[in-house]
Amino acid sequence: MPLSSYDEIHETELNIMENQMPQPEGKADKWEPKIIAFLCNWCSYAGADLAGVSRLQYPPNTRIIRVPCSGRISPLLILRCLQHGADGVLVSGCHPGDCHYISGNYVARRKFAVLNNFLEYLGIEKGRVQFAWVSAAEGKKFAQLVQKITEDVRKLGPATKLVRKQV
Amino acid sequence: MDTSIAIRDIARKLFDEKRVNLIIGFEQGSIPLHSTPCFVRNASEVDRLIWNANCENNLAKYLPKIKERVGIVAKGCDVRSIIGLIKEKQITREQVFIIGIPCQGIIDRRKIEARLGGEEIMEAEEENDTITLKGHNFKATIKKEEFLHDSCQACAHKNPVIYDTLIRDNVVEGQTVDGYKEVKEFEAKSPDERWQSFSDEVSKCIRCYACRNACPFCYCQECFVDSSQPQWIGKTTNLSDTAIFHIIRAFHLAGRCVDCGACDRACPMGIDLRKLSKKMEMDIKELFHYEAGISLEDVPPLATFNPDDPQEFIM
Repeated sequence: MPLSSYDEIHETELNIMENQMPQPEGKADKWEPKIIAFLCNWCSYAGADLAGVSRLQYPPNTRIIRVPCSGRISPLLILRCLQHGADGVLVSGCHPGDCHYISGNYVARRKFAVLNNFLEYLGIEKGRVQFAWVSAAEGKKFAQLVQKITEDVRKLGPATKLVRKQV
Repeated sequence: MDTSIAIRDIARKLFDEKRVNLIIGFEQGSIPLHSTPCFVRNASEVDRLIWNANCENNLAKYLPKIKERVGIVAKGCDVRSIIGLIKEKQITREQVFIIGIPCQGIIDRRKIEARLGGEEIMEAEEENDTITLKGHNFKATIKKEEFLHDSCQACAHKNPVIYDTLIRDNVVEGQTVDGYKEVKEFEAKSPDERWQSFSDEVSKCIRCYACRNACPFCYCQECFVDSSQPQWIGKTTNLSDTAIFHIIRAFHLAGRCVDCGACDRACPMGIDLRKLSKKMEMDIKELFHYEAGISLEDVPPLATFNPDDPQEFIM
């Protein structure tokens, strides 16, 4: 089942943040971006699955959280990822018109447009939080997307703004 | 006729005709240049009601909790808030009798105090465009328009959009300053400068939630900051928590905020909250061509969609 309650999603976020990401061999001291991807159950998650069964290679920096719909994503979930140590966040859902719940992604799109502008306005680097549409047939697009966001976030470096520092 | 007297006459008539059980308006506060909300329940009390250039509270704040028929003294921004509340089904149009007041702007006590440099105002007398202030060692006459709130200077809808009765003639609409000027100036800075400026601003926050409590649209039974199960957000004044509080607070008002300035006036730490809400307002206008509190018919922008909405930012 996709994660829908806030507690489930947040617990998954925290578990992912706390567990060390696998470090590539011989690069033990090198920083690797941590990226959380919220994928909708019906399209993007299946797209990621297709990338896997097609044996497409993509960087291992992304950790996936499955949600019922991109409309489920509250800006708070995205901000909490950045607060608790994620370097990047990806939100991906069905293409417009393909939503399993008819209009979830349309409503999400308006929310994301406002949020995207607002984060940029406050000075959060462009590319830290990204949005995409990936269908269940687009395994290749998913692999390329992860490639791209990993490179983008690697260029930006570790997240510093919004991170909750221990006092 | 004097506006205060006109309000009292209407109020008395409403009680006599048993059209309302309660009238929300303003009465003289305990210090000069200060008017305070008052709740009048019968005709014998209507003489408490006043109107002057210090009636700054947004009285629409009290409506969501009221279940009876209510009359409300409302200036332009209050009326736009009432429209929002009606649309969000917090009150019905039939339930509320709007005593509309075309507003010439509310004066900002803090600006006057700053000008006086610490002198205490003991007496204030308002005439048409001026206020005469008296203190222990001084007497000064100031022009009202120089001391208006920032939100009043940027106000484009001074006259009530809807009303049941209008207290005086409509005033000339139009802004004296461009409301988005500060937002545009802020946008012109580099991302790091913007972040620095934003974090300097929110690091002042003591999480008293006065901004939320003053806002007519913050009527949730349980606010996301108060919820402990799940705990959405840390309750500390850690910069990260205060930043997220202010981002989400502004986000929750996207497409709803009418820029009454109540949050800004309520903030004891002087945080520039309008810089956040104005950006939201500007974006909503640009992206979805929507302005809050103008009509009872159009659907709130984040409660609807258009298949052709902008999506250049989505990969």
